Amino acid sequence: MATATAAAVAPKRASEAPKTVTAVEMGARQREISVSEFFTKNRHLLGFDNPRKALLTCVKEAVDNALDACEEAGILPDVLVKVEVVGDAPASQATRFRVTVADNGPGIVRKQIPPIFAKLLYGSKFHRLRMSRGQQGIGISAAGMYAQLTTGKPVHIISRTSARAAAHDFEVQIDTKKNEPRILSEKQIEWDARRGTQVSMEIEGRYQKGRASVDEYIEQTVISNPHVTLTYVTPEGETKKYPRTYDQLPPTPREIKPHPYGIEFGMLLKMLHDTSSHSLTGFLACDFSRVSPPVAEEIRKTAGLSPRARPRDIHGHAAENLFKAIQSTKIMAPTTNCLSPIGERAILAGLYKQIKGEFYTAVTRPPAVYRGNPFVIEAGLAYGKSPDQAQPATTKAEPLAEGEKHDTDDELARIIRYANRVPLQYQPAACAITKSALDTSWRNYGLTQSRGALPGGPMVIFVHMASVWVPFTSESKEAIADYDEIRKEMALALNECGRRLRAFLRRRERAHSEHRRRNIFELYIEEIVESCNRLKGGKLQTAKLKDQLQKMANRITGGEKTDAALGRNGSGPEGLPHSIIVTPEGVEGEVPVLAADAAPVAATNGAVAHAKTDDKVRPLPRAKKATTLRKKKKK
Amino acid sequence: MAKKAHKPTVVEKKLVGVADVVITAAEKRKDPTLTIPVRALSNVTFNERKGLIEMGKRKQARSFFNMAMAKKFMQTVLVADALAELQRANLTTSLREIYYRTKHTIKNSHENTLDTQDESDPIIEDLEVSLAALREELHVRAENAGSIVGPVVFVDDGDRVDCTRLGKGGYSVPSIVEPEYLQIARCTADFVLLVEKGTQWNRLSEDKFWRRYNCVLLTGNGQPPRGVRRLARRLHEEKSLPVYVLVDNDPWGYYIYSVIKQGSINLAFESQRMAIPKAKFIGLSSADPEAYGLPRNVGIKLNEKDTARAKELLNYNWFQKKPWQEEIKRMLSSGLKYELDALANKDFQYLTKRYLPRKLKEKDWLD
Repeated sequence: MATATAAAVAPKRASEAPKTVTAVEMGARQREISVSEFFTKNRHLLGFDNPRKALLTCVKEAVDNALDACEEAGILPDVLVKVEVVGDAPASQATRFRVTVADNGPGIVRKQIPPIFAKLLYGSKFHRLRMSRGQQGIGISAAGMYAQLTTGKPVHIISRTSARAAAHDFEVQIDTKKNEPRILSEKQIEWDARRGTQVSMEIEGRYQKGRASVDEYIEQTVISNPHVTLTYVTPEGETKKYPRTYDQLPPTPREIKPHPYGIEFGMLLKMLHDTSSHSLTGFLACDFSRVSPPVAEEIRKTAGLSPRARPRDIHGHAAENLFKAIQSTKIMAPTTNCLSPIGERAILAGLYKQIKGEFYTAVTRPPAVYRGNPFVIEAGLAYGKSPDQAQPATTKAEPLAEGEKHDTDDELARIIRYANRVPLQYQPAACAITKSALDTSWRNYGLTQSRGALPGGPMVIFVHMASVWVPFTSESKEAIADYDEIRKEMALALNECGRRLRAFLRRRERAHSEHRRRNIFELYIEEIVESCNRLKGGKLQTAKLKDQLQKMANRITGGEKTDAALGRNGSGPEGLPHSIIVTPEGVEGEVPVLAADAAPVAATNGAVAHAKTDDKVRPLPRAKKATTLRKKKKK
Repeated sequence: MAKKAHKPTVVEKKLVGVADVVITAAEKRKDPTLTIPVRALSNVTFNERKGLIEMGKRKQARSFFNMAMAKKFMQTVLVADALAELQRANLTTSLREIYYRTKHTIKNSHENTLDTQDESDPIIEDLEVSLAALREELHVRAENAGSIVGPVVFVDDGDRVDCTRLGKGGYSVPSIVEPEYLQIARCTADFVLLVEKGTQWNRLSEDKFWRRYNCVLLTGNGQPPRGVRRLARRLHEEKSLPVYVLVDNDPWGYYIYSVIKQGSINLAFESQRMAIPKAKFIGLSSADPEAYGLPRNVGIKLNEKDTARAKELLNYNWFQKKPWQEEIKRMLSSGLKYELDALANKDFQYLTKRYLPRKLKEKDWLD
């Protein structure tokens, strides 16, 4: 056995042999992990994977908080977003940025400022079932922690609750071990703003335009929040203003109790433990939505539990029976007034303002339920090139050679995804919205679509999911999980948009061919006259012949028929609900009226607008010129 | 002006007539309209007495102020203009050149007058028909896509062409063979053999079949072009030579024969000077495989198109003779078609040495 070589190796091995560790020794190493420490190591879970995304996440968390606060307080939000370069590198090269977000919201009371900005999992939204942008109370403090981690600089907050109150100026950091705020400085200052909160932090980041950039986030946020006035100061120093296009706050969503179907076993146990009710039926009826005393009684019976059983004492097997009983009892779908969809008019206003196109439409589906959570799907389309965009393209076109085709526009549609009004910019492929858009057969609606691809054409597809609990695929809230109920609603919304698009495309096609009719004779007359002149050996009175033919062409085409096809006789946008059509002659449909333009009409939207046909066509300033010209012609 | 010296030809006057249509109509505030005879099966009749396909009287109107026709009308005027230019310059040209000559961008637009040659070709045919001018008269020529060899002497542009001294290749038949351009100086042949395929014509030419049987060998490489058909007709008419047609045994072969014999549907108006009503179908007949012992395995299965075409032929008026109905039905029931080349299965020279001699001896042909 023990050969010479083996003997030589043996002692070395002994030193490497696994050291036995006793439970006591192990116990000495076992201690609590603070949430902050955990997230310091796992920052990618919160969207701080790389500098570029981190910059976006910081802006996003701060803006989400600002908007949530304003809306909850019933204030039309006025938000300033400022991203500045720290140091003197150009914006595209810089690695450090100062992000400042200021709002006109309700402000934060002095005592709450430090924990809100420097304590993870602290907030008002987690414990309520209510629709809001933020859900967990991690976002802004995680951003602060990221700042602390990359630049060592504290988060700077100024907040004021009213004109009479003092403005508080704080500099805070997180004690990552204890997950407690550490206040570096606190003072009362003079502040210009009468009310609101301003948060600013210095972080390591990277500014790059394009997909999933801060700029894109701002633009998409404005689309889904047309009631917000947003000012964005880019790292390059440019100030972009996005005035509100819709001056009604979304209705405040109500807080609801959980629906029994949406609850998981562990959650049920926790609720049983925490309830203040003394009877099981009381617990069921009070702590859940849509459970009436008779329904509670029915659940109790199915579960085979005693009417006198105290919720606190239901454990193990009994709890499991209760859980099963809940699932097997028929319970009404949850109430849906906890949701605050954007609304068709507002989506339309947002799309119209931010995206140039020819046709806009928006659909808000009735509420539906997945796993006991109510939700609403909204979809919208912005299609085509606006008349002023389209023109330069045609003027530089060249005549075609044999076999060539007219501009093969291989542009594909773009999807913009939202969950509770927040744009989703990452992981499009994993998202139920993308899948729904791909599964829609856009060909039926007059678009081109290759297999498994998005439809062709200059188009933006807007999809929004509003829910008290949006099922994200991960904590960083980037993609919506794939539930059948959600997919079905998305498909229905997109189909309705598609149908309206088809109606529009048909109409445009008709108008186009009528337009062509007018032009075509004029073009060909020229050719024919010249050829005839050559045939006659150059001895023809060309002007006379041309004039004669021209007169005939005018007599044959034109007039009423063409006007009708072009929709110039006030026939409106094809009876399409919630749509806007833009033509070189003007704009039709539910064009948003800016607050400054006509406040009274906006206040009483729909009803008045539809009473008079004249009101239907409400041209924006850019279209005014064309409309007045047209009126003159008619005379 | 110098132009005055030019005396317009009849054809040129006809072309100028197109411009007159436009001018007169405009004067009267009417929609300028050209009437064009319909070139379709529905507008041809088979004249049994003459043995010709004749064009019917149906005409279609092509008006300018009609969206569907406006462009075609404009193109027609353009092509007429280009053709008139040819007349004045006394040049001949090809279909392709007419296309290029008339193609340009319409003023103030990105639209071309024509996009492909497929648009100009039918317009030239339209003008031929409606002006009753032959393509040759319009100075438009086709490809030289035919060959001739045998005891015949032509005069082409003053050159004597003796088709017995042109080796295996023979004389390339020009597309315009009207007497003004090509004269038949001498012809001692006994008959004309028109072969569908160039390969079989080469075989016969190489074997000097024409010398042994004193005939003229002609081929059009597939559907014979006008030049070849017209030349065969002239040899038939001026030198009273019988014409025999040798084609593949398939529906397309039958149709080639029928075009040579009665004229085509598309150019029915030209049957008068192209068709050879006395032409005989010498082979390959669907009865031949059996008579000449061709094995079944050298046949080719009829595909769907073949079958459909054969059934169409059965309905044509000019295929109503009983032997023809039998011939086509025999092919359909066998489900096979045979190429001339298949004869090589028996011997390379089987066509020259056995098949044709026996056919001619037995007078085994269809009329």
